[in-house]
Amino acid sequence: MAYSFPEEVLEYVFAFLSSDKDRNAVSLVCKSWYEIERWCRRRIFIGNCYAVSPQIVIRRFPEVSAVKIKGKPHFADFNLVPEGWGAYLYPWISAMARSYPWLEEIKLKRMVVTDESLELISKSFKNFKVLVLSSCEGFTTDGLASIAANCRNLRELDLKESEVEDLSGHWLSHFPDNFTSLVSLNMSCLGSEVSFSALERLVSRCPNLKTLRLNRAVPVEKLPSLLRRAPQLVEFGTGAYSAEIRTDIFSNLVEAFSGCKHLKSLSGFWDVVPAYLPAMYNVCSRITSLNLSYATVQSPDLVELISQCPNLKCLWVLDYIEDAGLKALSSYCKDLQELRVFPSDPYGAEPNVSLTEQGLVTVSAGCPKLQSVLYFCRQMSNAALIAIARNRPNLIRFRLCIIEPQAPDYLTLEPLDTGFGAIVEHCKQLRRLSLSGLLTDRVFEYIGTHAEKLEMLSIAFAGDSDLGLHYVLSGCESLRKLEIRDCPFGDKALLANAAKLETMRSLWMSSCSVSYGACKLLGQKMPRLNVEVIDERGPPDSRPETCPVEKLYVYRTVAGPRVDKPDFVWTMDEDAALRLS
Amino acid sequence: MEKGVAYDNDMNLKATELRLGLPGTDESQKECSSFVKSNKRSSEEMDSSCNEEECAPAPKALVVGWPPVRSYRKNVLQQQQKKSDSDVSGMYVKVSMDGAPYLRKIDIKVYKNYPDLLIALENMFKCSMGVYSEREGYNGSEYAPTYEDKDGDWMLVGDVPWDMFVTSCKRLRIMKGSEAKGLGCQ
Repeated sequence: MAYSFPEEVLEYVFAFLSSDKDRNAVSLVCKSWYEIERWCRRRIFIGNCYAVSPQIVIRRFPEVSAVKIKGKPHFADFNLVPEGWGAYLYPWISAMARSYPWLEEIKLKRMVVTDESLELISKSFKNFKVLVLSSCEGFTTDGLASIAANCRNLRELDLKESEVEDLSGHWLSHFPDNFTSLVSLNMSCLGSEVSFSALERLVSRCPNLKTLRLNRAVPVEKLPSLLRRAPQLVEFGTGAYSAEIRTDIFSNLVEAFSGCKHLKSLSGFWDVVPAYLPAMYNVCSRITSLNLSYATVQSPDLVELISQCPNLKCLWVLDYIEDAGLKALSSYCKDLQELRVFPSDPYGAEPNVSLTEQGLVTVSAGCPKLQSVLYFCRQMSNAALIAIARNRPNLIRFRLCIIEPQAPDYLTLEPLDTGFGAIVEHCKQLRRLSLSGLLTDRVFEYIGTHAEKLEMLSIAFAGDSDLGLHYVLSGCESLRKLEIRDCPFGDKALLANAAKLETMRSLWMSSCSVSYGACKLLGQKMPRLNVEVIDERGPPDSRPETCPVEKLYVYRTVAGPRVDKPDFVWTMDEDAALRLS
Repeated sequence: MEKGVAYDNDMNLKATELRLGLPGTDESQKECSSFVKSNKRSSEEMDSSCNEEECAPAPKALVVGWPPVRSYRKNVLQQQQKKSDSDVSGMYVKVSMDGAPYLRKIDIKVYKNYPDLLIALENMFKCSMGVYSEREGYNGSEYAPTYEDKDGDWMLVGDVPWDMFVTSCKRLRIMKGSEAKGLGCQ
């Protein structure tokens, strides 16, 4: 077939492709398209830092300006991944420092980032603009000082929910006096007080500042000064929102908020005193996103606030909102797309608030655009889940946590299989699902059969046998991430569905019934998977082959076995893998 | 509690060459299983050579990471809870008395001053603590009230103003007079 499309034209066309899926598809068409595409890909997404090596990435994509890398498995958020497991950033930075001098953007999730890495970033990339550290750890405020001091063109510094060793607030003062390019600053996870005058000056001289999320140490009486210097703010996070009630503080706040005509998103509100909430009423009509998940405020005060926000699209709140508050939400906020309700007392034996499944049912009925749900509660019924599924077939994310493991339908005492079954049956676009409550193998049959678009599934204390796991692994065509804890899933389903694992990003299984022998077998059968046993009891060889492993992490990779493993991680059949590669 | 779904012995895992084991658990299988409380069945039969020593399940007194709340959220809530608890619902502190078999708890916010508190303690523990004096403490009394403050130090009750005491007292201990002598006189 004659083929005379000039490269330049193809390159021009490819530049319009932003999605990685599209670019990946394009590179598979033919060798010349592969070549053209790899030279013009600027943004790289690495979903698992151990699936590929820095060298392989750099070899394939020589001109990259933005990288996004994810490290530890999701269950690391809940302390299921031991300290020292891995996901070190340094090797990536040191390789990219040499090969991508014009790198502008680094976004990381669950990586271990050291001050050394931060310093290297700040000195290696002359046009560095964006640093986002989401749920990362391993660095101190000294590392932030390097970034502030050296990144002349920095636009975005977002620490999301990272664990930072907070040595002092002095890092902020390292931004030079002639530094004016800041667009977004999120320091909400830090503890120490920064120099307020340095913060004021920074805010004053950065006219493009759109996002400012303060930390708890900034008291409410100081907020007006900052808001007045940045009336163009779109996203604002307060510090501690409490003080003795004083009319002058209150009126200052009202005035300062009124000046911010572009505010769309509010967060912070630690230690909130309800009497200060009305100070924001002037901006509420424009608010689309509200994070009140630190606000220990009772339902009536929450309702007062929410009733002023008809354009609310995203609400994160504590269960103090109660069913009554959710009912109000469903009547005032018809544009609501995302709701997250966090538990105020997750370890209490008895409920401390009147929040039940009813609240969620009401919101599902009243908010036609609701697509993303994270909900902690203490009771659930199949009837409620079926109602939610019927009300909201447009759900994309549904994460339900019933606090007591294996809690049955509280009305019928049956498992919640049919309820979750209805969710996957009706919500055909569902991409993410987290299960809880009493569940048998049956729910997995429903999921395997119906959840065609499901990409991520989280399972805990569920199922009866290998059949459950088999249903999921042999169905769920779009499954990418599967994480399982405390389920009676074992060797048979895993080995029978070994090939499926190569179509996924990763599988995590902890406190299940997978034997060491099966892990070895899987490692041997599947050379392109890393089958890693995590066991803090010592080498798995010191126990019988039939003994279940503590934790198993399986992921596809082109980088071979890890070379930076700690002493509690073993790669199965490493020798054979090396021989074959 | 009955589970609704029965285990279906006839279901075949079509793609597998491995045999489905019989339902029901082995004793040794339970030891190797890392469940804390589970009456679930696994389709495997565990090798009975797997004994308790070699296959000790991972120690699991508490359920780690459940409910799935991230630690920074937990910390914030705990701090805020403590604050609101002490403001709203009283200031309960443990009270121990040397020689008593168990501790008591009192709400110190209920009392307006030291004499009220001391009378209440004397009644509760059927002891006599006498009168406080700055110089001598409770010298001469059979018992003396002491408390642990925010810094972890043991102090004599009565030295600081009442309001300061209420906010800094973490627990109370009624000491034998003879032991308390060391606290009173410096």
